[in-house]
Order: sequence, then C-alpha cells, then structure tokens
Amino acid sequence: MAENTNSINTELDYHKKKKKEEMKQQVITFALMIAFTIIAFTMVVSGLDKLFIIPILLVLAIVQVIFQLYYFMHMSHKGHELPAVMMYGGFAVAFLTVLTLLVLVWW
Amino acid sequence: MSTTIAQNKGFGATLWDYLTTVDHKKIAILYLIGGGFFFLLGGLEAMAIRIQLIKPENDFVSAGFYNELLTMHGTTMIFLAAMPLIFALLNAVVPLQIGARDVAFPFLNSLGFWLFLFGGILLNCSWFLGGAPDAGWTAYAPLSTTQPGHGVDFYVLGLQISGAGTLMGGINFLVTIVNMRAPGMTYMRMPLFTWTAFVTSALILFAFPALTVGLFLMMFDRLFGSGFFDANMGGNSVIWEHLFWIFGHPEVYILILPAFGVFSDVFSTFSKKRLFGYTAMVFATVLIGFLGFMVWAHHMFTVGLGPAANSIFAVATMAIAVPTGIKIFNWLFTLWGGNIKINSAMLWSLAFIPSFTIGGMTGVMLAAAAADYQFHDTYFVVAHFHYVIVGGVVFGIFAGLHYWWPKMFGKILDETLGKITFWTFFIGFHLTFFIQHFLGLMGMPRRYWVYLTDQGLNTGNLISTIGAFFMAIGAIVFLYNVIITSIKGEKVGGDPWDGRTLEWSIPSPPPHYNFKQLPLVRGLDPLWIEKTEGRKGMTPAEPVGDIHMPNPTILPFVMSFGLFIAGFGFIYQVDDASWLSAVFIGMGICLGAMFVRSVKDDHGHHIHKEDLDKGDGL
Amino acid sequence: MSHEDILNPKVMPEEPEKATLEGKNKFLGFWFFLGGETVLFASLFGTYLALKNSNNGGPTSEELFGLELVFIMTMLLLTSSLTSVYAMYHMKNNEFKKMQIWLGITVLLGLTFLGLEIYEFYEYIVHDGFTFRSSAFGSAFYTLVGFHGGHVLFGLLWIITLMARNAKRGLNLYNAPKFYIASLYWHFIDVVWVFIFTVVYLMGVI
Repeated sequence: MAENTNSINTELDYHKKKKKEEMKQQVITFALMIAFTIIAFTMVVSGLDKLFIIPILLVLAIVQVIFQLYYFMHMSHKGHELPAVMMYGGFAVAFLTVLTLLVLVWW
Repeated sequence: MSTTIAQNKGFGATLWDYLTTVDHKKIAILYLIGGGFFFLLGGLEAMAIRIQLIKPENDFVSAGFYNELLTMHGTTMIFLAAMPLIFALLNAVVPLQIGARDVAFPFLNSLGFWLFLFGGILLNCSWFLGGAPDAGWTAYAPLSTTQPGHGVDFYVLGLQISGAGTLMGGINFLVTIVNMRAPGMTYMRMPLFTWTAFVTSALILFAFPALTVGLFLMMFDRLFGSGFFDANMGGNSVIWEHLFWIFGHPEVYILILPAFGVFSDVFSTFSKKRLFGYTAMVFATVLIGFLGFMVWAHHMFTVGLGPAANSIFAVATMAIAVPTGIKIFNWLFTLWGGNIKINSAMLWSLAFIPSFTIGGMTGVMLAAAAADYQFHDTYFVVAHFHYVIVGGVVFGIFAGLHYWWPKMFGKILDETLGKITFWTFFIGFHLTFFIQHFLGLMGMPRRYWVYLTDQGLNTGNLISTIGAFFMAIGAIVFLYNVIITSIKGEKVGGDPWDGRTLEWSIPSPPPHYNFKQLPLVRGLDPLWIEKTEGRKGMTPAEPVGDIHMPNPTILPFVMSFGLFIAGFGFIYQVDDASWLSAVFIGMGICLGAMFVRSVKDDHGHHIHKEDLDKGDGL
Repeated sequence: MSHEDILNPKVMPEEPEKATLEGKNKFLGFWFFLGGETVLFASLFGTYLALKNSNNGGPTSEELFGLELVFIMTMLLLTSSLTSVYAMYHMKNNEFKKMQIWLGITVLLGLTFLGLEIYEFYEYIVHDGFTFRSSAFGSAFYTLVGFHGGHVLFGLLWIITLMARNAKRGLNLYNAPKFYIASLYWHFIDVVWVFIFTVVYLMGVI
C-alpha cells in the first residue's frame, strides 16, 4: 500500500513537472500572440500599402488562431483527433462560405 | 417491455412518462408520432394543391391560399416530416446497432425533440393567426422580407426553434457513435445505417449553422428594421440565397443518406448476404457528404453568378453521380445470387432503385448549367426533387418502418396491408410525378395557381392529380395498418427477420437499458457471425453488473415551451411593444430551466443487477 | 463503490475532465459544437464582408473605427485567454482555490471587455448616428460584433454560475468536465475575436 501511494506520488510529481513545463510554453505562446497583435496594429497605424498589409494581417490572425487551438485549447494533445477533424471540417465549410459571400454576391 | 409497463399505468402517468423521458426508444416513438402527424398535414396540403390543379383555371382555393399551401407543403415535408421521421429511425436503431445502452446526451436528445415539436407547432399556428407563410419554402428575399402579415415571421421563428433541435440531435448522434460503441465495434464494423447516421450528423453540424444565421438575418430584416436584404439600404438579397442553399443542399443529403443506410441493411438482411462492397459503400457515403457541400450554387444557376462559377458548380454536381452510382451497383450486387425474401420492407427498397435512379438522372440533366436555364422553375424541377425525396427518402422511411417496427413495438406490421400500401403508393407516385417531367418540359412553371386550357397541360395535370389520390390512399392504408397492428398484431420475438446486426440480438421491444451485458463484437454483421458459429446470441463482453441510466426530466419540455412563447413575442412586438414582455417571459422560462439544469446535479440512477432478470423477455 | 465515491476519488486522475464517460462525451460533443460554431461565424463574417461597403451614405468603416479602444479590448480578451489557461492548469493539479481565483480574473477581464464594447456601440449610436438600421453595413456590423458580444455575455454567465455552484464543494469528476468545456468556449470566443479585430477593425481602417 505504502509502495503504491509512493509510486502514485512519483507519477504525480512527474505529471506536475510536465504540466509546469507546458505552462511555461503557454506563457511564451501568449507573449507571441501579444507581439503579433502589436505588430498587426502598428502596421495598420503606420499606413503601409494595402496590398502589402492585408495578407500579413491575415497570416498573423491565422497563426494566432493556430496557437489558440493547439496550445491554449490543447489540440496538440493526444485524443484530439476527432475534434481536429470536425474543426477542419468547419474551417473548410467556413472558407467556402466566406469566399462565396465575398466574390459571388455583387457583380 | 417498457410499453407494457406503460399500458398498465394510467393515462396521466403515461403522458408524464413521455413528457419527461430521456430514453432514446421512447423519443423515437415521439419523433414518429410528431413527424407522422406533420407528414399527414403536409400530405393534406399536397392534396389541396393537386385538386386545385386538376383542371385549368380551377378555383378550388384562392390564389393567396394556394401560395400558403405550397409554401407550407414544402416547409412541412422537409423540416417537420422527413427530418423527424429520419430522427425517429436514428433514435430507435443507432444505439442498438452499436451496442449502447443510451445515447451520449439523453437530455439533449429529449430537448431536440421538444424544440422540433414546438417549432413545428409555432409554424402551424400561423394558419389560425392571419395566414401561413406564402413566400415559398425557400423564402427568397426580397419577396419574403416585404411580404405583409406575419406568415413569414412564423416561418422564421418556427424553423429557428426546430433547427436548433436538429443541431443538437446531430451532435448527439456524432458523439454517441464515437464514444458509445460496444467493445469490438470498430468503425469498419458498424452497420451501414449507423455509418450514414454518422455522416448525416456531421452534415447537420456544418449545414444548420448557415440556416441559423440566414434566419436570424431575415428575422432582423423583418422584425427589427435591419437592411441585409434590402437594396434601398445597400443590402443584397443574394446573400440569403447563398446562406439558404449552403444549408439547403447538404440538407437533401442529410435526408437521403439515412435512407441509403436503411436500404443497405434491408437488402443485406433479406438477401441473406453480407452487404456487397461494404468498404466502398462507406467511402461513397463519406464522399457524398463531402461533395454535398460544394454544389449548393446549382440551385442558383439562373441568378447570374457568371459562367465560371456556374461551370465549377455544374462539374461538382455531376461528380456526385459517381459515389451514388457506386451505391446503386453495390445494392444490385448484394441482391445478386442472394437468398431473397420479398416482403414490404424489401418491396420499398426494390422500388427505390429504379425510382431514385430516375431522379438521379434528371439531377445530372439539371446540373448542366446551360440546360438548367430551360428547366429552372418549371415542373421538371418539381418532378426531379419529388423523385429523389419521395422515391428516396419516403420510400426509405417506409422500408425502415416496416423493417424495424417489430424492434420498436414488438409486432410485425400486417404484410397484406403493407403490400396494398406499397402498390397504391408506388403506382400513385409514378403517376403523379413522371408526367410532371413533361409538363415542365412543355413550359409549365412551378408555383402557379392556375394554367390556361389551351396549352396542352390539361391531361398531364389530371393524371398527376389522380396519382396523388392513389398516394393518399396508400398513406391511409398504412395508418390503418399501424392501428390494426397495434390492436391485433401478434407479438414476435427479438429476431423476426433472422437479422445480422446487434439490434436483433435483444428482446423486442428492448428493455430500457437495451443490453443486460454489453456484447462483444467480432466483425461486421456481428449477430450473423455468432449464428454461423452455432451460438444463439451475442457473447457478452462484461459480467452482469449494475447499470447506470439517466434520470427523466421535464426541463427540455419547459425550455422548448419558453422559446415557443418567446417566438410569439418576437413576432408580435412589431405591432405592439407590450408583446416584448412575452419575449422576456419566454426567454426567462428557457434560461431559468437552463439554470436549474446547470446547478442541480443529475447523477442518474443505477439499476441493480438483481433487478435485471425481471421481465427479461429473452 | 457508489456513484459519489467514483466522482470523488482520493487521487485526482491525470485528465479529470475526461475521466468519466459523461466527461468524455461532453468534451467531444463540445468540440463538435465548436466546429459548427465556426460555420455560424463564417456566415456572419461573409455577410459582413459582402456588405461592408454598403454604408448607404452614412459613415464608412474608415470614418467610424478608432483603433485605441479595439487595441485595449483585444489585449483584455487575449489576457483572459491566458488566465483561463492558468485556471485549467490548476484544475489539473487539483488546486481548486487557485482555479477559482484565475477564473475570477478571467471573468473580470471579460466584463471589462463587454463594458468597453457597450461603450463603443454607445459612441457610434449617439455621436456618429450609426445604428443597426442606418444601412446594410450597420446591420452587418452590429450583428457580427453583437453575436460575438452575446457569446462573451453567455460565457461570463456560464463561468460565474459554475464558480458559484461549486464554490463550497470543490472539484470532482462531475464538475471538472464542465469547467473544462467552459474554458474551451472562452478560448473559442477569443479565436473569433482575433478575426473580428483583424477583418472588421484593422482591415476596416486601411
């Protein structure tokens, strides 16, 4: 019994440590997200060319969303295969929907 | 067994039992009753339409009422009849087929049903409150946004409420199929009906939100003065068309895929053969679901999207014929060389193949964008979609009901009456709709109240109306069959068809925990495998133990009722601001019930293993 | 072992949110729901993009939007995302008090965000005369951003209810999945906001 709790404790310690490391990663992710946001806002304020800014803004947004999904929402962890399938399914339909409403509404 | 207990109780207790049930088998019965009622209502509307068109310049109904009839016929049949009847089959069968004791979210399952029912009732209240919606089931703006009266408001709110229920049902079945499968039931061992249920649920998940948004925008335009579809404010009505069809096209696959699943199970059971090309069938189902999202603009070829867009959507549409063709051939090969037994379920399935193929063929014709400029908004389109939806979905529902009726109610539907239903309905169906192809090619536009006498449309319309009466007779005989079977029908055992899948390994109707011991699945058609090895039933995967089941609850009913009240408030607050109080009261009831659900722990209950043997009909 | 005991184990498992079948179901079902929500917001974004130049003679997006407020709102919501990550970190370590504190901070940040959004709408309506009914652009803007705001409000009510309900009894395997999916919802709200500040505000002023 004593051994048993002991092994549980070491296991818990191990997991605790792992979680702590992961938490550090999350903070770094957060710092990057803040940085991206600041870059995005400064770029717009600086008044650069439209054709140059818009693609970069979109890329920054997509990277931020990937950070959110994979790190904050743990989609990088095991057991998220089906959530990933359904999220990508949603994104695919979302992409088609937005594209259509952008180009096939006015002519 | 659960029904015999219910019969011993008083009427009030039974009613309360059904109002509060979270048992998927009882919810299936509720869906069946609700969907069946709206099916009869939609059929009545169809009959009125056909009587009006029996002769040229008829005046059986007024023009305005005719518009209401055709709008409500389409809306009712799609949202309030076909969808719930499909959900009845899903609820009755899917958990049994995967060896589960319940669905993943019994509470949401019940909530989904009550939302559908109250949404449907709200929509149909419009008949008595100044007129039903009359802008077509597609409710194209700006006709729908400028239509006077409250008809279209009822359409918007009614569909919004019942659509929310459908979305919940979809998520519920997705999670059920992923998480609740019995030991050994891998994805590639699932019966095809379960597979189609899975793909259909995924389609619901991605398609219904577009409708939700479309309905919200229309609600804002009509009731709160926004300008999404109002050209005067810079709006654009094409947005509605896109949103509606982004939902609307996957919707037809949502309806047809479970029917495909029914036919697959029926063919394989009554041919005494494993389904031919199972893997290809699964693959084709997934592919149809996938392609189903890339074709919606074929409903909009004549809107003027331009040749590039039209071509893309035309090609994508034609591509769907490939996986569908794979399925047709696999069904034929399943029959090939089989030990075929023909009964009512099989008749509906056999009749489906040529009927649906005709519908598929006209579908490819319509997919040719250039030709569609001729077909668009004629009876050719009407004929096409009735061939796929009646010849596919309705035949599938009938086949499924005949096939699973003994599982749901413990009695086989009368075969003679079943065959009478089939032949009258089948002949009536082709009589009604085959001729409409030609009426359409002759230029008869859809949705018109009258036609003139000297245009050569008289005979065709007369034949069509006669066919509609045959279909009505078929439906009435089926109803009679249901009543007579429930009174006189003989009880049957758990496995009347010599079935192949898990649902036939338990008593009919199943006890409310379904499986006393979860079965061990060793391959496709698990029960058949056990039978070929000389065993009577499934090998259990666990010892007999206590079974955990969810508690019944009235909250889903209360929540849906709250939204029902709020729906009236939203509709009438444009006339009188005091109706806003109905919005607050209704939403308050709904949110209050949600709050109660949230703070009150519901751990469910246990059935002790000592009690399990009682009344076990095996 | 009774049901109560199963839900209150002596040692919390590694992933308390997925330790029971109910938890697994909730986890998966909620992710699927978020997949559907993606399409819901895509439809709103598409509508907004289609109508964003339909200002009907009223103010345009360049004239309306200021970036200072949006920047602050973005920072608030981003930070609230991190605080809810902290909350879940403490949940997995079975440190209920700390989890409640971080969730409390999340709620405060969310409330400030919502307050600023209401202030922003108020400014547009009162000072610029830009309303839901002034143009198709106005309708689309308020609907998109308002739907997001509605999600924030619902998320706040949800988290507050959970915190209050479980304040006394602490963490168990029955409520752990509830906390977890509420935090998933909160992250998703932030995902949507990333696109709103990019597509609506930033791309609206250039």
